[in-house]
Amino acid sequence: MADIALHDHGAHVSSTGLSNNKLAMWLFLGSECLLFGGLISTYMLYRGRHGDGVGPAQLFDVPLTSVSSFVLLMSSLTMVLAVNSAKRKDDRNTNLWLVTTGLLGSLFVGAQVYEFTAFYNEGVGFTTSLFSSSFFTLTGFHGVHVSIGVIMLLAMVAIISRNKVAGDKAEAVEMIGLYWHFVDVVWVVIFTLVYLIPA
Amino acid sequence: MSTVTEHAEHEHIGHAEHEPHIPSDMYFIKVALILAGLTALETSTYWIDLGGFATPALIIMMTIKFFMIILIFMHLKFDNKLFSVMFYIGLGLALFVYCVALATFQFFD
Repeated sequence: MADIALHDHGAHVSSTGLSNNKLAMWLFLGSECLLFGGLISTYMLYRGRHGDGVGPAQLFDVPLTSVSSFVLLMSSLTMVLAVNSAKRKDDRNTNLWLVTTGLLGSLFVGAQVYEFTAFYNEGVGFTTSLFSSSFFTLTGFHGVHVSIGVIMLLAMVAIISRNKVAGDKAEAVEMIGLYWHFVDVVWVVIFTLVYLIPA
Repeated sequence: MSTVTEHAEHEHIGHAEHEPHIPSDMYFIKVALILAGLTALETSTYWIDLGGFATPALIIMMTIKFFMIILIFMHLKFDNKLFSVMFYIGLGLALFVYCVALATFQFFD
């Protein structure tokens, strides 16, 4: 008998009895830890390398970043509520919470764009110093991850609305949820190490 | 032979159908409130000078938030241990890379 069976709801399971999709997602998230670990290490090494130019202490707007951190944290709550609704096969609430999560994520990305623009207007660009290069690379990569998450959330809403989910709907929502929570957990680390702990 | 195979297949699918216990919405709301409180405490260190105590306090609060999210929101606490192993291997390697990079530059910079 082949190692792969088909779950009742349409999700493929491996010889461990676990969903292949979920295993692949956790493997992917484990590899993402390495990506962000490398970027955070680089920032920590270079955060003091700004010469006579503007450094983290003069540049960061902690109150604004605190609000955007809170927004992203609350989006994790709405995401977990979407996953729970999907498990109850409640499509209406699943879509509602997915859209709310997407909106909160968009708000976070908007705040980041505003922050980047303000930094640029103060004369801190990507190539200004090692500090600015490592800062923009780290937070930019994270912002791209959030943006991809928002696209995934809105695509999921469209797919659910048209009832065209291939396989297990609750698992599909859960996969996006895992990605979203990971993006949130990375920000928890960035917010503390980059913004709150003084250089 | 076929009976054994069918039995194995049945167990196989039966295992896959075993869903972990997932808490109610209210439980997640309570967790989110604790996370929000911790974020408020973290942010307060920007205005309140804690001296040398600030960095360890921030690291501890960050760690608590980190594990609350991965264990509860990402269901690692309720799910199969294999998922935890896969994630912690990545996390462990990331911490190793971080320590090696910092140690290398500390010694050779």
